[in-house]
Amino acid sequence: MLQRDTLNSELSIFQKIKEMDYTLLICIILLSIISLLVMYSTDGGEILFHTKSHFSKLAVFFPLMIFIAFFNIRYWHTFAYLFYFLIILLLLYVSFFGLKSSGSQRWMDLYLFVLQPSELMKIAIILCLAKYYHRIKIENVNSLTSIILVLSIIIIPIIFIISQPDLGTSVLIAMSGLIILWLGGVKVKYFFYSFITFLISLPFVISFLKPYQKLRILTFLDPDRDPLGAGYQIIQSKIAIGSGGLEGKGFLKGTQSYLDFLPEKHTDFIFTLFSEEFGFIGSVGLLILYTIIIFRIIRIGVLSRSNFSKLFCFGFAFSIFIYIVVNLSMVLGLLPIVGSPLPIMSYGGSSMLATMIGFGIVLSAKINRKQTIA
Amino acid sequence: MIKENLGIRKSDIINRRMFIIGAAKIIIFTGIVVRLFSLQINENKKYLTLSDKNRIREWKLPPTRGNIVDYFGNIIAGNLKVYQLHIIPEQVENFNYLIVRLKTLLNLSDKKIQKIVNLKNKLKPWDSIIVSENLSWSQFLKINNYLYDLVGVKPVMTISRNYPFSEMYTHVLGYVSQPNEEEILENEIIKERFVPGMKIGKLGLEKTLENQLIGTNAIQRYEVNAYGKRINQLEYQKGLQGKKIRLTVDTEVQKLSAQLLSNKAGSISVMDIYTGDIIAMYSSPSYDPNLFLFGISQDEWQLIRNNPLKPLINKTLSGLYSPGSTIKPIVALSALENNIINPNFKVKCTGKTELYGQTFHCWKEKGHGFVSLNNAMKQSCDTYFYEIARLLGVDRLNVTAKKFGLGEKVLGEYFDNEKRGLFPNTNWKKNNLGRGWVLGETLITGIGQGYTQTTPLQLCLMTAQIANGGYKIKPKIIVNDDPLTLEAAKNSMELQSLQKPDTRLFNDPKNIKIVQEAMFSSTNEQFGTSYRSRIDDPKYQFAGKTGTSQVKRISKRERELDLELEQIPYKDRDHALYVAYGPYKNPRYALSIIVEHGGSGSKAAAPMAKELFKLIIDRDELRDKQSNFENINI
Repeated sequence: MLQRDTLNSELSIFQKIKEMDYTLLICIILLSIISLLVMYSTDGGEILFHTKSHFSKLAVFFPLMIFIAFFNIRYWHTFAYLFYFLIILLLLYVSFFGLKSSGSQRWMDLYLFVLQPSELMKIAIILCLAKYYHRIKIENVNSLTSIILVLSIIIIPIIFIISQPDLGTSVLIAMSGLIILWLGGVKVKYFFYSFITFLISLPFVISFLKPYQKLRILTFLDPDRDPLGAGYQIIQSKIAIGSGGLEGKGFLKGTQSYLDFLPEKHTDFIFTLFSEEFGFIGSVGLLILYTIIIFRIIRIGVLSRSNFSKLFCFGFAFSIFIYIVVNLSMVLGLLPIVGSPLPIMSYGGSSMLATMIGFGIVLSAKINRKQTIA
Repeated sequence: MIKENLGIRKSDIINRRMFIIGAAKIIIFTGIVVRLFSLQINENKKYLTLSDKNRIREWKLPPTRGNIVDYFGNIIAGNLKVYQLHIIPEQVENFNYLIVRLKTLLNLSDKKIQKIVNLKNKLKPWDSIIVSENLSWSQFLKINNYLYDLVGVKPVMTISRNYPFSEMYTHVLGYVSQPNEEEILENEIIKERFVPGMKIGKLGLEKTLENQLIGTNAIQRYEVNAYGKRINQLEYQKGLQGKKIRLTVDTEVQKLSAQLLSNKAGSISVMDIYTGDIIAMYSSPSYDPNLFLFGISQDEWQLIRNNPLKPLINKTLSGLYSPGSTIKPIVALSALENNIINPNFKVKCTGKTELYGQTFHCWKEKGHGFVSLNNAMKQSCDTYFYEIARLLGVDRLNVTAKKFGLGEKVLGEYFDNEKRGLFPNTNWKKNNLGRGWVLGETLITGIGQGYTQTTPLQLCLMTAQIANGGYKIKPKIIVNDDPLTLEAAKNSMELQSLQKPDTRLFNDPKNIKIVQEAMFSSTNEQFGTSYRSRIDDPKYQFAGKTGTSQVKRISKRERELDLELEQIPYKDRDHALYVAYGPYKNPRYALSIIVEHGGSGSKAAAPMAKELFKLIIDRDELRDKQSNFENINI
């Protein structure tokens, strides 16, 4: 008992600084710097709105991450469900009073910036399920009530988000949730059966899709069917990436973005611009940076003593991974276009806020890795 | 402890399952790298090309037409800098204000203003609107003075066709103007090089030599953004000016021709009798081709169109006239060649001849008495030619006339408005009019009336071929790459006639000589019809034949009245014709003159020949010096 008390006792501030994962921190700083440079390039080599705004978000959220890192992970465990319900409430609020933009209603105006609660749900769902699987007895993992409960935890926010409508975020949240189920020990055969069911129901799902969503899938299958309309984005994106070559066109010299051929270059297509200017070498470099971050997070999970920390780290690492994969596959023409930002790189406050909170919790898990959570 | 155990087992599951995902992540990331590799390394070229296609756009500029110069290198169709006024809508602060300012500065019409406003609504904001295609220098200065107040206006300097001798060469050169859709589609070269504002040849040599004159487009390569807006110029590729064309014409002679025919309807053609070079070719009245460059105004067009002297018709090539007495040298030659007559053959002229109850009058009511060939030509006795035509028959006459180029196009390949004319024979009448030939028609054909229709250039060629001793020449208006010198032309003419018998137009050179002498008498001996226009100086001395071609049948009453020219309505007056060659001793040039409704050839046409020969022969030496002139620097 004595030993456990010492383990659970608060570390001093120096110990915390000492225990900080500096590799991860440096990688995050590097990524932030790269994202600023790329944002500067999207502004045409000037410090304009996007660069300034991105910088100010980093300036707020990076300290927030450090702050969260010094905050004991135990509290995240304590307030995980509350956090989840809070986000559900925000989603509910947004679905009634949210701001509308280009046909969807996802945002709420917080005066300082516009918040997209569905982005925060990416973290909340991991926290919530991590707590659930941390607490549940292993015998009960595959019980019917448990499965139904966790599926409802996943499905409730998804219903809100899909009705915004925002298919991309819904899919990403579902995948982040499911991965915790997998890690928590849900039987492989359940995954297998649901996968088969999913395949069978796919045609019905497609029939429920909105016309623009169907169009995106058709466009993905054949971008040239409407090169100036629906296929335009993906064609221009491939041209930008392909023309970058081995070494890229050089910083601030990406003609595709500079001459406005790239749509949404600040947000979902930020990688396209990066890849055009820095080429294959730069792209692989960025991918390596992301890989280091992901494996560093996994390592923290492995080192963590509590299952909550483990589940959160693994879940968060996976969600970062899946965002990167979906985003890159989309801009490389491997997946249909679904709105999905590239973590930290893409312009957008909510996504960055969620990612920084996630990093903060991971760093806190590292600092408090020896702690058990009741 | 149980809890602890379970906890350990749970973390085992988590770690094991994490490991599986980790492996999957590596595989997927590798897949993405492979995709990146295939796009950026394998297909880099393809996408680089596509990217350039996206961002680089070419703008073609109108090509600069080749200059056309006369024999001495004077530019007769050149290019001139013109000042234009463009508006770039996206730079305009206040469009309405600008329009009002421009309206007062340039005196623009309301119609023009409406046009500009319509264009503005149609075009993209960065496409320029051409307000004025051709500003005068003073307008250009004015605009430049007020430029601070005219935001969005751009004075532009560009190049336009220019005809420095204005109406002098219109019927030779034609003019250029904006092409219509059909013209663009018909000509592959125009289609390829067309840009708005480009002008193409509509008539004359400008039209027929279009493909040589046109030149190639200058190309501006711009980087454009996704909306097509030009960002910056990457490259400027100069276009090649069209080929320079050198003509055989002499501007001085052309000028004199225009002067002589001023206020008259008619035509003057001058030809080198050996090389076939056309030295002058003027159809009067003419009009200013510069008017068509920027769109002719309705008023100006109506003025040209409704002019009773018909400036739009190129009389030299498309005007068809009865040759009148100018045909007589051919009739005489044909009769001699066919051994119908000899030079001593005489006919008694009483002023008229009766044939099957029809009376055929000689122009001289009292008659010429007994006339020989030489005398008949000299005094242009109609009775004599009625008689020899009757003896000869129209079919034999037709053969000779055809040989000398009557009824055939002279420059057909260069002028699509050239007419063939007509020299009749019995078959022709049967086939075309369905009736048999009447002997009376042979008689009037013998004095150049009736069905015969000739162009002034045909008469000039006919005269040239009599003058050069009866050899066929190929008239030309464009100096070949290898221009013939006089000696070479003379030599090749005789040489060629040995190889190609049909270029020799006679059987016996004596006959040609007889006709030449008769033409000499006509001009240089007393009682000759053009005796008053003669030049005694052997350097300039020329031989010719007058002609007076009736426009309508002369009634008996009119014959008795014998009205003065001024008393006859303009439309009914005879055409005056004259053909001649000179210098007589060593002939070099032939000409034909037609003055529509000018009255008699001896009074209206022959005096012009005197003026012309003085100038032409004075310039003879100069012309010979130029014959090997190949590169004319302008």
